[in-house]
Amino acid sequence: MLAFTLRRAIQAIGVMIAVGVIAFSMFRFAGDPVNQIVSLDTPAAEREAVRKSLGLDDPVPVQFARYFANAAQFKFGVSYQFRQPVSTLLMERMPATLELAACATVFAMVLGILMGVYSALRRDTFLTKIFQAVSLIGISLPTFLIGILMIYLFSVTLGWLPSFGRGDVVRIGWWTTGLLTLSGLKALIMPSITLGLFQMTLIMRLVRAEMLEVLRTDYIRFARARGLTTRAVHFGHALKNTLVPVITVAGLQFGSVIAFAIITETVFQWPGMGLLFVQAVQNVDIPIMAAYLLMVSLIFVTINLVVDILYTIVDPRLRSTISRPA
Amino acid sequence: MTIPVLSVRNLEVEFLTRRSTLRAINGVSFDIAKGEVLGVVGESGAGKSVTGLAVIGLIDPPGRIAGGEIYLSGMRIDHLPPEEIRRIRGKRIGMIFQDPLTSLNPLYRIGDQIVETIRTHMNLSETAARKRAIDLLAEVGIPAPEKRIDAYPHEFSGGMRQRVVIALAICAEPELIIADEPTTALDVSVQAQIISLIKRLGRDHGTAVMLVTHDMGVIAETSDRVAVMYSGRIAEIGPVQDVVQNPLHPYAKGLMGAIPTLAGEDKRLVQIPGSMPRLSAIPPGCSFNPRCAFAFDRCRVDRPEPIKHGSHAVACHLFDTAPNENAKETAA
Repeated sequence: MLAFTLRRAIQAIGVMIAVGVIAFSMFRFAGDPVNQIVSLDTPAAEREAVRKSLGLDDPVPVQFARYFANAAQFKFGVSYQFRQPVSTLLMERMPATLELAACATVFAMVLGILMGVYSALRRDTFLTKIFQAVSLIGISLPTFLIGILMIYLFSVTLGWLPSFGRGDVVRIGWWTTGLLTLSGLKALIMPSITLGLFQMTLIMRLVRAEMLEVLRTDYIRFARARGLTTRAVHFGHALKNTLVPVITVAGLQFGSVIAFAIITETVFQWPGMGLLFVQAVQNVDIPIMAAYLLMVSLIFVTINLVVDILYTIVDPRLRSTISRPA
Repeated sequence: MTIPVLSVRNLEVEFLTRRSTLRAINGVSFDIAKGEVLGVVGESGAGKSVTGLAVIGLIDPPGRIAGGEIYLSGMRIDHLPPEEIRRIRGKRIGMIFQDPLTSLNPLYRIGDQIVETIRTHMNLSETAARKRAIDLLAEVGIPAPEKRIDAYPHEFSGGMRQRVVIALAICAEPELIIADEPTTALDVSVQAQIISLIKRLGRDHGTAVMLVTHDMGVIAETSDRVAVMYSGRIAEIGPVQDVVQNPLHPYAKGLMGAIPTLAGEDKRLVQIPGSMPRLSAIPPGCSFNPRCAFAFDRCRVDRPEPIKHGSHAVACHLFDTAPNENAKETAA
């Protein structure tokens, strides 16, 4: 088990190095950053000074090594537009994104699993048909459209919820949270639903399909033949087996929730990493773009690792194949 | 006369399809006494498994019991509400399925599955149930049960898993065990062990056993009586020796003739021409008549009911004691 975790961790480091190479090459291929920093009429000598101060006159391998050593310590250089360390900017923005992503995922998981289980167990009820319709909407309407429609309905027409921002936040150490104030919670509702709706429908469909599959298996039939209560059969035996593939998908989806937050954050002007990234793209602020790329891949790689480990906790069959590698 | 453990009377099971209603079981009647093993044989699709599932109340929609009665020790169980039949399943009727590899939930330790079943049916504490589970595993012949109880299903071989399945089926001391092809998925050497285990359990606990299989060898070895099924009906039922050595029904004759012997007389195996009719196209009269070498006019119109003939009961017009003249001529 430990060997397996270590092996996976080493693979993860390999992935991160590859991403680092891509992130670094952005600096080389997206034009001369000095031009972005200085104004048009800056004299050549001053340009050289800037270039030297940023270390851009060193040979490429040296720059790469330096970039990498710094990135490993979460130092991503200085943002061209804000003139602040990128890591500070990211740290400021990260709580907003993570809170949004977590709320969206919880929303998607809880509702998705409940609706999925319900629609698998009560196949022909009216409610199931409504769930199916909702899931069709969730899967086919683009995120930004849902966000804009919700703003129109709940903010503009009804005036119930704020249309942008995080509301009041409370600072706990370096972390800022909107979960402890009423306006913060209100501000979370629409972005979370917008962000989580697609995942929710995905999870609902997956749970429904898996559950129907599992209910047909022999061990469910045998569980019923043993006289177990319907409740024990459905929620003790069927649901646990259903959740094995759901864990993988939900885990990977958490990664894409963070990545897709860009759109939702733009629609709701949510002060998170995604919004920062969009601004960075508009201003060719490469240090932020590169750092964002690294952050997102780090999150993906970490989630993958966690999912692999969770898998073995849920499914004992994997445990023994792992302890006896082929 | 004592009340049989299981008594099935004119059982009919239907499956509703979009186009029509298919009748999988069409008037099946039999009894199983305490401690008796009834073998049920027949081709695939003859209705053997469906009969077993009907008894334990596990016919799922679109299937349904359309008629007849099922009595368990004199108590009618076929029309009970789901919650009550659920209480009987596992407690008074144990069931063993064909494939031990897929009968156990792979995510739970076998001990947890046994304890769960015991505690569903018996008022025992967790520790007492666990102790009982260990005893059960020992009884079905699992070595070192106190250790193996915490193993997962995938850590057992097929034969061992089938033993666990049997332990699960008997964990609440049922009056009746329905074994649906319990040895089909196993190695021949393991088959013999499982058969003798089922036999021993039936004898030790006085449990009645309904053994569904298409393996005549298994039947001959295990059963007291045998029922031969053909397209949803019982063609012949009687003591196993008599039916195997002296089958009366033309179908049963054909079935016994198709068993290879080790004695190796250079005889071609007899084959029954044709195949069993589909449920949607069961011929009128005796459903076997298109394949039967002895069929006569009456067989094509009149459905034969089981007739007592010595120790057997046979559903064939050839053995009608009030024979019509046609029959004798054709049969001769």
